[in-house]
Amino acid sequence: MELYRSHVLICGGTGCTSSGSDKVADKFDSELKKHDLDKEVKVVRTGCFGLCEVGPIVVVYPEGAFYSRITEEDVKLIVEEHLMKGRIVKDLLYDDSVKDDIIKSLSEVEFYKKQMRVALKGCGLIDPEDIDEYIAIDGYRALAKAVTEMTPEQVIDTLKESGLRGRGGAGFPTGLKWSFAAKAEGDEKYVICNADEGDPGAFMDRSILEGDPHAIIEAMTIAGYCIDASQGFIYVRAEYPIAVKRLNIAINQAKEYGLLGKNIFDSGFDFDLEVRLGAGAFVCGEETALISSIEGKRGEPTPKPPFPANEGVFGKPTLINNVETFANIPQILLNGPEWFTKIGTEKSKGTKVFALGGKINNTGLVEVPMGTTLREIVYEVGGGIPNGKKFKAAQTGGPSGGCIPASNLDVPIDYESLAQVGSMMGSGGLIIMDEDNCMVDIAKFFLQFTVDESCGKCPPCRIGTKRMLEILEKITSGNGTMEDIDNLEILANNIKQSALCGLGQTAPNPVLSTLTYFRDEYIAHVKDKKCPAGVCTNLLSYEIIEDKCRGCGLCARSCPVTAISGEKKKPYKIDQDKCIKCGACMEKCPFGAIIRK
Amino acid sequence: MKSIKELEEIRNRTLEKVNLRKDRQTGIRVVVGMATCGIAAGARPVLHAFMEEISKRKLQDVIVTQTGCIGVCRLEPIVEVFVPGEEKVTYVEMTPEKVARVVAEHIVNGRVVKEFTIGSYE
Repeated sequence: MELYRSHVLICGGTGCTSSGSDKVADKFDSELKKHDLDKEVKVVRTGCFGLCEVGPIVVVYPEGAFYSRITEEDVKLIVEEHLMKGRIVKDLLYDDSVKDDIIKSLSEVEFYKKQMRVALKGCGLIDPEDIDEYIAIDGYRALAKAVTEMTPEQVIDTLKESGLRGRGGAGFPTGLKWSFAAKAEGDEKYVICNADEGDPGAFMDRSILEGDPHAIIEAMTIAGYCIDASQGFIYVRAEYPIAVKRLNIAINQAKEYGLLGKNIFDSGFDFDLEVRLGAGAFVCGEETALISSIEGKRGEPTPKPPFPANEGVFGKPTLINNVETFANIPQILLNGPEWFTKIGTEKSKGTKVFALGGKINNTGLVEVPMGTTLREIVYEVGGGIPNGKKFKAAQTGGPSGGCIPASNLDVPIDYESLAQVGSMMGSGGLIIMDEDNCMVDIAKFFLQFTVDESCGKCPPCRIGTKRMLEILEKITSGNGTMEDIDNLEILANNIKQSALCGLGQTAPNPVLSTLTYFRDEYIAHVKDKKCPAGVCTNLLSYEIIEDKCRGCGLCARSCPVTAISGEKKKPYKIDQDKCIKCGACMEKCPFGAIIRK
Repeated sequence: MKSIKELEEIRNRTLEKVNLRKDRQTGIRVVVGMATCGIAAGARPVLHAFMEEISKRKLQDVIVTQTGCIGVCRLEPIVEVFVPGEEKVTYVEMTPEKVARVVAEHIVNGRVVKEFTIGSYE
């Protein structure tokens, strides 16, 4: 038994023989001998492949290349190219590509039609662990341009002209922030990238760090040049291990290339970067708490002023920007501020990345120009609501934001418009809710989150949010009164005005905005003791409609607490005292005889 | 790296590799989405299956590489195949079992496996 490197299978069926496969086989034998390959490549004559009309057919293993209509002249090519050099001869491959209009590429899908990728330019395009690929898409060009051709003032002016605003959610003009940090007096200064993304359902920053870490390194280095800092920190939560790994790889590669470290581009400018891990506390996304955390203290906020630009990490002037803000900066410098101002609306320039989640067909990451309406995002980019359900609301800005009801679907997404309808831009988590979501329950969920994440430094947030949560629990368990709703509002407004930091100041927003747009649901919980969406278990009851019940007993068998009883062929009954409202009977009933009220 | 010229050199050297337009000259590039969403959906075994299948068939001129989030997390694991002179093809919801077919039919024989492409899922 000799070992062959390759096998050449030649069809010896009647069809192929009549179209000349014998001659092809002979030619293979002689060509292989000529190249001393006859000991390495075995020629096999096989039975019919079943595609006689494109014969003679030759298949070469191990690759499995399927050649059709092979003539004697082609044999030489296959031997020399494929068998000697290992290169498949594409022109001879069997081709059955009947022109059909099926979409083969992501770029042609509806999902991309309304999108524009600026911050996400490299995500899904380059290998994040290969600095050369980032350089190939014009990476580090902006840095080179900044440090060799521009003064720090010119770079900051470019940013001011571009109108870029903070993508962490508050929307502070980035150029202005940089100029404050540049003007601040200090022997040492720091640049920080806030990558402590904590909103439930948000993963924009993570995706940028995982997909294009060099963009952040480049932008932070530019920031260092502008404000005269020589050290930067990227504060990432430890729950993002892949992002941390790729950032570290990227930092090491940048150091190897001399794009970080001493004397960058021979300009005399030094800059170094370090990744600092957070333990995943939501409050550490608030800049002053983040600074405490980097200093090694407890992540608790401090009153502002002093602002970080004047007194930040280790008491030195510090510039803090969000990941997505940084990701925009190289693009602005490369394409010029005019290009950037053409995207978006009058007061909100550029694009915004959203993480779509909840009741929507295309869960994922989208980047749309500012001013795109919520309707376009939900129905055209997001592909609508699954199972033909009705859209009820969208929550923007996570636990700090508010909900946008269906009546405001045509609101353009920009900082001012969202604030006007009682929500906020936030970091970009966009959670879609349909008719099956109970808005009181949603408000409770977000409040539960802020109660868990409150750092406890200031009483309004520590005690106030807890009291609000207790009231909400009372309402959803069916013991609420109308007075509770009023108290909820009073509490919410007081916390808003008196909490120390952004976390507490915005914590009541989900409650306030649901009270504004869905007060009827609160009232239904209080007055009728009903949950219209059928979510709050204490207010539900399952009942069997006698006319529809055939008495098959399936429901009784599926009930985990034996609350259903009856005789075969007669309507069954649910014992409301025993029922735990799990809904198993409703799922099992083949006749739709069980309803939830 | 001390000058823009050096940066340009690297850029031009690598451009062909990441030039994903139709006019690519060299080699087939297989790109697997390896962000958290992709990995959670099972992109790692898919990447390994590609490596294995390609080395088993002794294919040359095929690069398997990774990339970040392409944005359609619900269809991960996503694999994009770039063949010189053709439009890119996006395969969605890939599994190690599907990889063998994509390698045999598309990468070796240049026939797109239509039922795995994004168009079949939309």
